[in-house]
Amino acid sequence: MYKIVNKSVERIDVYEKVTGKAKYGADLNCGSQLYAKTVYSRYPHAKILKIDTKEAEGLEGVIMVITAKDVPGNNIMFGKFPVLAQNEVKYIGDGVAVVAAESKEIAEKAAKLVRVEYEELPGVFDLEEAKVENSKRVHSEIENNFIEHSHHLLRSGDVEKGFKEAEVILERTYRTQFVDQAYIEPEAVIVLPDPYKIGVEIHGSIQNPYTIRENVATVLGLKINQVRVIQSTIGGSFGGKDESVMLMAARCAVIALKTGRPVKMVLTREESFLESSKRHPFQANYKIGAKKDGSIVAVENKVYVQGGAYNNKASFANWRASIHAAGPYTIPHIKTDIYGLYTHTIYGGAYRGFSAPQMVFATESLIDELAEELKMSPQEIRLKNCLKPGDEMGTGQILLPGKIPAPLEKMIREICRKTDFESKRKKYIQEREGFNPLKKGIGLSCTFRGAGLGGEGIDTASATVTIDIDGSILIQSGLVEMGQGMRTAHAQIVAEVLGVSLDRITFGNTDTAVTMDSGATVASRGILAGGNAMLIAATELLQRLHQQASIMLNCNIENLISENEFIFNKSKPDKKLTFEEVVKECLKGQGLSLSAQGWYNPGPEKLSPETGRGKAYPTYSYGTAVAELRVDVQTGKINVEKITAAYEIGKAINPQIAKSQFYGGILQGVGYAIMEEMRTKDGYLKTKNFDDFLIPSSADMPEMEVTIYESDDPVGPFGAKSVGELGIELIAPALANALYNATGKRIRELPLNLERVLLGKTLKK
Amino acid sequence: MVTKKIELNIKVNNKDYKLLVSPNKRLLDVLREDLGLNGVKEGCGIGECGACTIVMNGKNICSCMVLAGQAEGAEIITIEGLTGPEGELHPLQEAFMETGAVQCGFCTPGMILSSLVLLRNNPSPTKEEIRAAISGNFCRCTGYQQIIEAVQLAAEKMRKGGVKVNG
Ligand code: FES
Ligand code: FES
Repeated sequence: MYKIVNKSVERIDVYEKVTGKAKYGADLNCGSQLYAKTVYSRYPHAKILKIDTKEAEGLEGVIMVITAKDVPGNNIMFGKFPVLAQNEVKYIGDGVAVVAAESKEIAEKAAKLVRVEYEELPGVFDLEEAKVENSKRVHSEIENNFIEHSHHLLRSGDVEKGFKEAEVILERTYRTQFVDQAYIEPEAVIVLPDPYKIGVEIHGSIQNPYTIRENVATVLGLKINQVRVIQSTIGGSFGGKDESVMLMAARCAVIALKTGRPVKMVLTREESFLESSKRHPFQANYKIGAKKDGSIVAVENKVYVQGGAYNNKASFANWRASIHAAGPYTIPHIKTDIYGLYTHTIYGGAYRGFSAPQMVFATESLIDELAEELKMSPQEIRLKNCLKPGDEMGTGQILLPGKIPAPLEKMIREICRKTDFESKRKKYIQEREGFNPLKKGIGLSCTFRGAGLGGEGIDTASATVTIDIDGSILIQSGLVEMGQGMRTAHAQIVAEVLGVSLDRITFGNTDTAVTMDSGATVASRGILAGGNAMLIAATELLQRLHQQASIMLNCNIENLISENEFIFNKSKPDKKLTFEEVVKECLKGQGLSLSAQGWYNPGPEKLSPETGRGKAYPTYSYGTAVAELRVDVQTGKINVEKITAAYEIGKAINPQIAKSQFYGGILQGVGYAIMEEMRTKDGYLKTKNFDDFLIPSSADMPEMEVTIYESDDPVGPFGAKSVGELGIELIAPALANALYNATGKRIRELPLNLERVLLGKTLKK
Repeated sequence: MVTKKIELNIKVNNKDYKLLVSPNKRLLDVLREDLGLNGVKEGCGIGECGACTIVMNGKNICSCMVLAGQAEGAEIITIEGLTGPEGELHPLQEAFMETGAVQCGFCTPGMILSSLVLLRNNPSPTKEEIRAAISGNFCRCTGYQQIIEAVQLAAEKMRKGGVKVNG
């Protein structure tokens, strides 16, 4: 039995948040700071003929205006993002100059006085245009608009043979939209010149401190360790506070070094929508073949992913998409090809779920369409084909019972029983014809999700744990707390291992000068990779404490136990040493270090580049959801009434936090499915603020019922796997399927908005 | 072109202030910049997200939509004023901590203040009433489920124990 792990303890950083004491990026101020404001492009694609900064510089209170030529090192960062556009703007969010002034107001005024002459150029604004051979190119150094290294594939079996065996074949195309992560805190950074040496210190709403450190160093022409990045409290990120913050940090850092003064930049909501990454839009073309009994024999797909003007994420997103492209099903013949394309538009990046929500929308809609064609129920077809223990996934990875469990079958059965899925579905089909314009619908979806980065990249994470003389314990992860609750889960792991109470633990914000490069806080790797790193560091410290205790108790180290704040010999439990006593003896008496770095790499996972087959992820999480809605067929308005969902996540380190992740993910899924869209027209962004980009409020929330399934998965710390992203991806297909159940109309494009619901299609495209 | 500053008399968190501010400065900026009350957040600047919610003369309002000039004589509560003199937490703060209603925390001050106004006017709100009362406060993290539970719990705590602290 665990003492602290697997319990719903209070978050360790919540007091600061409910009292308004926690400082977010915009709350940080530093004497003599300058306020920086970016001047953005006026056109989606244009040549920059001239930038005239004189007038702006002449304004009283303006200290400096920089353009690309002022960047001391590399102007081009990871993903081809320019700190400031040099000769050409490639999308409407490109920065061309930055103004630094004594006040926010002066900076705003001065930004308007920077005169830029452009020569407008034709551009490539959507996937169709981007695909065409000889179309305009977004990046002239490559031959077409296909994003480098973004083609990922899977070859399993022989699809031609498969389709010959098939008795039913369907071909369908599904499309998804750009959406913003819409964290409520807009991006903010403050960059201070290092007071003691040449370098900078960057604080802010930073999801990936190490990427920013590396990029800013090359921009400044400095060594990596001359740039120090410390995260502030982050007001949500969901993948988004990355590229935009990198650009802000780089721009402010250039000015901070030149002026020797701290430089602060806070984005407005409009700027955040303009300049931050979005969820990639997908066009997923599928062909599926099955036998009359419902067994799927072949799936072939070609998927095109809109990357936008710059992109450092499509190649990773497409890798994940290729693994998930055939869904959580046993299918003998699979051929998958996923491509990313550049366009002169806002760009795609990471957003909770990454590429899975798009793929799951496609595959889980498709499987319902296949069921309909075969006159089977959505439940039946999933039960027949879903991955079961011992089955081989498309990538060839075998799901072993007890090792990598595949509990989907049971989960699907239980959720259908609980929601009365079959009888409601039949009833709603009968009610389609009636006079009442309010129709009800119920829809099912299921998914699996590779935990962590897997073969997508280096999955290593690190953690620093330090015990001080008073017995207090400082934990600092290389991964970042953004509100997901990771640091509380980490604290629980450390307290459990050391056998002490949580009160001893203090968290430190991620600081690149303290903890080793952990890569990015993405892919729901905070527990699996980050938690294991904590476990390793804590175990190392326990070892040292026990070494000391064994001398003090004169016993064998193997006999020692740490529990409830005491360390004792299990065969002589009456003589107990307090935790503090042993800590003191280590640090004072023996000079033993009580600081340890944990370093954990779950991989290496590897796939064959020719076939895309191999071990993709160390382990998988599973999920299934049932959506119930009511739609008014006269207005097209959808009311989501209830989402019932079940997730298998190994062990929940903190069940309350795990549930919060699911509730939040589910509601974001509802927004993605029926409300949200970042609209662009000819490269211009039409959606500017929250009056246009409607996200769910409490008035839009459905009833939510979440069940967590636990298992003894051996990979993660205490059997824990991934939580953060699983919630969102099931919702759009479950709702599309429910909408079909209600109306008989199949909508293959997100969002499921009024127009699409009424007409069954969209007027544009 | 420098606008003439005006004198602004406001009472914030039970303390009287006499400030000299430009009349078209947003109340949000007065609170954050002139008074250092950083618990008031800015999420959109157009009155849509509710992150800048404060209680002004007993009503929850978006401080980004109020100009300093319009706040003359107002009585204001921000999240900083909710805690008692000895640091005692308000039942709403306790309940938000206990139910897991806080993730990133950026919406939390505004969410708590909108809930405060609700509970003052309606000590036993239904779930629907809570949903309506906080519908002007966006939260992107929690899906609102545990926030609603928190407000229910706070209502119960306040009915049982009475409130000793501000609010
Ligand atoms: S900042 Fe005032 S409502 Fe969003
Ligand atoms: S907790 Fe993050 S926005 Fe509400």
